Amino acid sequence: MTENIKVWPGTPLSEKDIKEKRILVTEWQPNLKYAWDAGIGYGRYFAELKKGRIVGTRCDKCRRVLLPARVFCEWCFRTVDAWVHLQDTGTVNTFSVAYTGTAAERLKEPLIPALIEIDGSGGVAIMHLISEVDPWKVKMGMRVRAVWKPEQEREGAITDIAYWKPI
Amino acid sequence: MRKVAVVGAGMTKFMRRAQETGKELAWETAKMALDSCELTIKDVDCVVMGTAPDAFDMIHMKSEYLSDGAGAWRKPYMRGFLGGGTGVFTANQAWYHVASGLFDVCLAITEEKMSSCLPHPQGAFVTCWDQFTESPLGTSLLWFFAWEMNRYMTAHGITEREIALVSVKNKKNALDHPCAQLSADITVDDVMGSEMMAWPVKRLDVSPTSDGAVALVFAAEDVAKRITDRPVWVQGVGWCVDTMYIGQRDLYYPKYVEYAARMAYDMAGIKEPRKEIDIAEPYDPFSYKELHNAEGLLLCDKGEAARLLVDGETQRTGRQPWCPSGGALGVGNAIAATGMMKVAELFWQLRGEAGKRQVPGKPRRGVAQAWGDEMQVGTVIVLGV
Amino acid sequence: MPLDKVTQVAQTKPWHGSIPVYGQYTFGIAGERFFRDIKDKGRIMGAKCAECNLVYVPPRIYCERCFGELAKWLEIPNRGVVHTFTVAHADLDGNRLEEPIVVALVKFDGVYGGLVHRLGEVEPDKVTIGMAVEMMLKPKAKRTGSILDIDYFKPIRA
Repeated sequence: MTENIKVWPGTPLSEKDIKEKRILVTEWQPNLKYAWDAGIGYGRYFAELKKGRIVGTRCDKCRRVLLPARVFCEWCFRTVDAWVHLQDTGTVNTFSVAYTGTAAERLKEPLIPALIEIDGSGGVAIMHLISEVDPWKVKMGMRVRAVWKPEQEREGAITDIAYWKPI
Repeated sequence: MRKVAVVGAGMTKFMRRAQETGKELAWETAKMALDSCELTIKDVDCVVMGTAPDAFDMIHMKSEYLSDGAGAWRKPYMRGFLGGGTGVFTANQAWYHVASGLFDVCLAITEEKMSSCLPHPQGAFVTCWDQFTESPLGTSLLWFFAWEMNRYMTAHGITEREIALVSVKNKKNALDHPCAQLSADITVDDVMGSEMMAWPVKRLDVSPTSDGAVALVFAAEDVAKRITDRPVWVQGVGWCVDTMYIGQRDLYYPKYVEYAARMAYDMAGIKEPRKEIDIAEPYDPFSYKELHNAEGLLLCDKGEAARLLVDGETQRTGRQPWCPSGGALGVGNAIAATGMMKVAELFWQLRGEAGKRQVPGKPRRGVAQAWGDEMQVGTVIVLGV
Repeated sequence: MPLDKVTQVAQTKPWHGSIPVYGQYTFGIAGERFFRDIKDKGRIMGAKCAECNLVYVPPRIYCERCFGELAKWLEIPNRGVVHTFTVAHADLDGNRLEEPIVVALVKFDGVYGGLVHRLGEVEPDKVTIGMAVEMMLKPKAKRTGSILDIDYFKPIRA
């Protein structure tokens, strides 16, 4: 069949067609802003971050730590059993040297986003950024420590940890 | 359950930017699929629509908007959604609409018009991730892929150069695809020298954003045999999601793809996928994903995919071709439409209608797979003749 | 275990955000021709399906009923009737408008579909369903290829 079809549907346009207004376009900017409630699990998680502490929750059925903290275990489908305090040190699980931001915009100075296994969690990782290191010297398995924002600047958010740096 | 066949297929070009609206793309591809098996819209009992996040087309309730172009006027109609996994899942949905006995003929359509979303569709992901623990870090979609590729490479000692070969192979395969957006004859050095996006991901490791649509016609056994003397049977379907907490699974291996594949293989009676499957279309939005997904599909041992690639076994003329279509890397990545493009490729290959892309040796069975959601869904379909 | 809930509002303050994207849409194959006709020629065109005997306004490239291609276009009279209407006192964000606006679905004789547009040169309380209206275009120099190239529809005085 493929060889018998001479014309496949579709009308490709070039960037020029838009820039030089050869075809009509219309634009729309959504006028929407959101306020997301953190909920119970994350509410406590962020309140603790504000105090400079990382907490998770524990499920005693599958015997694991849930991080970021949440109120039910999706494996066992039951309420978790306790809050657990974790260390603010960890191990690099994986990382990137990133030249792109949220909307694919290019960054002049690269960021080092990483998954960091938090000490005391049994190897559960959270997403964060590494700094104070040559990006090309970062290695999997590298030990890192949280660098907290000054207490008065913390707002109960994941960004209350400014970044992580090698120990 | 009833036997179900694919009896017709249609596809638009994959383009950086189409003049057509999404509805018009849907109609062009649906009409082509129906014409290919000499059916009219009156022969269609129900329609299923697959299309990725609404924000990609910047049209909310996208499937309702697309419904008239999809031929859904006064018919049972639904949208299924599994993010990047949608394309193959839509085929799975069409299968169960017919296999259940509820409908005899189901038209399945996938559409994406990503050029509407500016400055870049990646910006829409800011609310796909966790708004509290992930997005505030200035997260980029590419970071997720970079983390996974890094973990995969490190776990198995695979090099960036080996992974670059996937882009080289798929873009070359796409030279023979009449709808391809980014076909090219490139080298490993071209990939290695392309812009660094998020190490280890480079520009030529990444599929483009695309506008495009693909449609398939599914029919129950007795109807299919009246429509065509070369039905392509759906032998198995599967899908599975893993936890959405990225820090709570090991990224080096897609366990959920394996679960989806096992579900489909069990249904198809496949015991040894490496020997019993002739061609595969694993999802390849990034070069390493073809290898990662192929391992999840149990087409080789963990960490062995790169060796098969380097040895040429996955070339179109190799022992088990992977992405003979040219894949997302070569044909383009109109998210949901890309998954279904892979199913359409199996349909054409198994009927010996793939033209210049035809895999030699009369392939009799193929597997197509898509992947996505929060990077934790696998959708799988097995077709055979 | 009884999970100790966060009870202080300050601890659960929401995280604020928005989605950093905007839309840029092509009008499509049918839309391109439809809006250029309004812009350049000041006329409303429809697309006819001979099979189903329907004239689509706005025109499409396909018939949603028989799925056939619509190749035949024809000019639609610029006069129609108010099929239904509303008087809007608030904008999209819920802000009160200084002057209410009348928004109607205008249907045309022998046409499947119609146009949603504003009514002008009429007091809101004088609008009725079935009222005859005609299209008022912006001056040609001000038209850009948009539904707003039609300024409004106004009642046809008896």
